[in-house]
Amino acid sequence: MGSPLLEITDLHATAEGKEILRGVTLRVHAGEVHAIMGPNGSGKSTLAQVLAGHPAYTVTQGTVRYDGNDLLAMKPEERARAGAFLAFQYPVAIRGITNAYFLRSAVNAIRQHQGLEELDPLDFAQILETKLKAIGWDDSYLSRPVNEGFSGGEKKRNEILQLAVLEPRLAILDETDSGLDIDALKTVAEAVNKLRAPDRAFVVVTHYQRLLNYIVPDFVHVLADGRIVKSGGKALALELEEKGYDWLRPEAAIA
Amino acid sequence: MKEHFLAEYRAFVGNGGGSARAPAWLKPLRARAIARFAEVGFPTTHQEAWRFTSVQSIAETPFSLIPPDTPLPTLDDLAPLLVGGRATPRAVFVNGRFAPDLSSAQGLPDGVRLGGLAAALAAEPALVEAHLGKYARFDAHGFTALATAFLADGAFVSVPAKTIIEAPLQLLFVATAVAGHPMWHPRNLIVLGREARATVVETYAGLGDAASLTNTVTELVLGDGARGEHYRVQRESPNAYHVATTYSHQGRDSALESCAVVLGAGLSRHDLTAVLGGTGGYLILNGLQVLGGRQHVDHHTCIDHAQPHCESHEVFNGIFDAEARGVFNGRIIVRPGAQRTDSKQTNNNLLLSRDARADSQPQLEIYADDVKCTHGSTVGPLDPTALYYLRSRGLGAEAARALLTYGFGTEILARVGVPDVRTQLDRIVRERLHMDSWQQAT
Ligand SMILES: Nc1ncnc2c1ncn2[C@@H]1O[C@H](COP(=O)(O)OP(=O)(O)OP(=O)(O)O)[C@@H](O)[C@H]1O
Ligand SMILES: [Mg+2]
Repeated sequence: MGSPLLEITDLHATAEGKEILRGVTLRVHAGEVHAIMGPNGSGKSTLAQVLAGHPAYTVTQGTVRYDGNDLLAMKPEERARAGAFLAFQYPVAIRGITNAYFLRSAVNAIRQHQGLEELDPLDFAQILETKLKAIGWDDSYLSRPVNEGFSGGEKKRNEILQLAVLEPRLAILDETDSGLDIDALKTVAEAVNKLRAPDRAFVVVTHYQRLLNYIVPDFVHVLADGRIVKSGGKALALELEEKGYDWLRPEAAIA
Repeated sequence: MKEHFLAEYRAFVGNGGGSARAPAWLKPLRARAIARFAEVGFPTTHQEAWRFTSVQSIAETPFSLIPPDTPLPTLDDLAPLLVGGRATPRAVFVNGRFAPDLSSAQGLPDGVRLGGLAAALAAEPALVEAHLGKYARFDAHGFTALATAFLADGAFVSVPAKTIIEAPLQLLFVATAVAGHPMWHPRNLIVLGREARATVVETYAGLGDAASLTNTVTELVLGDGARGEHYRVQRESPNAYHVATTYSHQGRDSALESCAVVLGAGLSRHDLTAVLGGTGGYLILNGLQVLGGRQHVDHHTCIDHAQPHCESHEVFNGIFDAEARGVFNGRIIVRPGAQRTDSKQTNNNLLLSRDARADSQPQLEIYADDVKCTHGSTVGPLDPTALYYLRSRGLGAEAARALLTYGFGTEILARVGVPDVRTQLDRIVRERLHMDSWQQAT
């Protein structure tokens, strides 16, 4: 096995002076799917946002290497252009900007950076249509402003549409399954499975073992109190479903 | 300085008041208006409605009417200001005067009028007099009094009952590069008869950097069942002053969709009053301001639900950079008996610099009980979370800021129904925001 696509070592991060991540270590190789589970408030979204470059968090210790580079030294847009993508737990509304326009802006920003020719609206419309067909959705919300007035489920689907269009090498999905109906959940899983490839990796944050029936992970990690307290195979998710998290809390382990 | 304007008035009437063929009733109306101006003068910041907008610089500038022999621009000069090219029906006014040679009413259905008000007053007084001055009050404040005192010309649009016009009718007011401090007072009347349909685009633009004063009044009348769209674009020179009153009156089951876009003038003030004067009326009153430098804009809107079962939606978005300043005062009146009124008002202000400022004030006066009225306003910088979200998708910080800012504009422009108008406004706003080439409109 070659060097990892993502290598997180002893990562500590704070927000508003409060330490949230307290020494996370995780290696993700290309081709793998990792699931991260854990109680509310344990730091899962913080980890995801630190990887995407959210300005509210300060890394106080540790390193993150992505594709051999220092990820933490990169601006959010540089991370995106290098193929890292975070599907937000709470996607943000962009007033006045339609989904189609936003997606084309994103694709062209990345293409421009790669020295590729920009796509005009017509070319892009075709690509979008193909993507939508592939994930089986219609184009009804392409002309609506990004996430504005979207239902919870629609927002999550929209993140997946972006994922499908941007085709990242590292996709982090933060509770993309929460709020989705069962059909949408299957579609999301299908979209992810279609993208699974030897040169791509997925980190899937979820509370529900159910998603992992559709997106079968290679590894499952439990994050509690800002640390990964247990790692295992997909069977761990079933065990968690049964037993909850209490038995894994650091203090419980010490006691 | 009030004396200066009074002297200008005496010279104006001494010269025949702009037109030898003016109707008899105009003289006493002007006289009453100037008497009113002499009494109240220019508004001051001690008056509630002018609290945030000082017009001292106007009051202290010796503006004067200019001789009629200023050279006319060519149609080529005007082309960039016209929506949909040269074939479009239009009435052009140069420095406040109707320019027949630059105007065209070709191809319009029988009975439609599109031209100068003075000519119409002379040729078909009955058609004009049925409406002129019946809606907008000349004594609202010093500026309307002044506009009425100097009432001579402007645009006249009349669309007979049941007549439908597809092409937008354009009223273009251009200021050329005249020296000194020119002023003009265009008086516009737009009448859509019963069940008529038309779109009117009113544009105020500068072809030079004239330090002009435009002081204009537009009356817009929609008969029962009429459907009108009214777009107003103010893109005068940053040296210019612009004061305007727009007054619309809607009949039963009529619909008016309007949008006022402000990009120009150093100081501008626009009072918009929209009266829903018949049951079942529908009104969209939107506005967009994109200002920078030391520009100042003040909108006072008043939606008057005078009759039951009417619906109004108002959204004003302002984008203020550098030391620009925006004032919004949105009044909604629901008269006694105007039950089942549905009214929604929103005012969003984006401050792109620390020195930009916006003041927003809703004013609801509700005298009926079975009504739905909501209002909301925001003032603030770009949303940092939204900026981050865009950057996390690969957009650079600058592009992300531009896109978010542009969204503030497109939110309004997306509601402009006529594609040619929307495209033109979109182009102007993009130019103004220096959008990158790759961010073309979809
Ligand atoms: N920007 C912030 N400022 C202050 N506190 C924060 C911030 N972000 C997260 N926190 C706090 O850090 C802790 C971890 O939050 P985080 O959102 O990472 O949890 P999570 O594991 O994703 O939870 P959930 O399962 O509910 O989504 C919480 O106590 C939260 O309140
Ligand atoms: Mg979370």
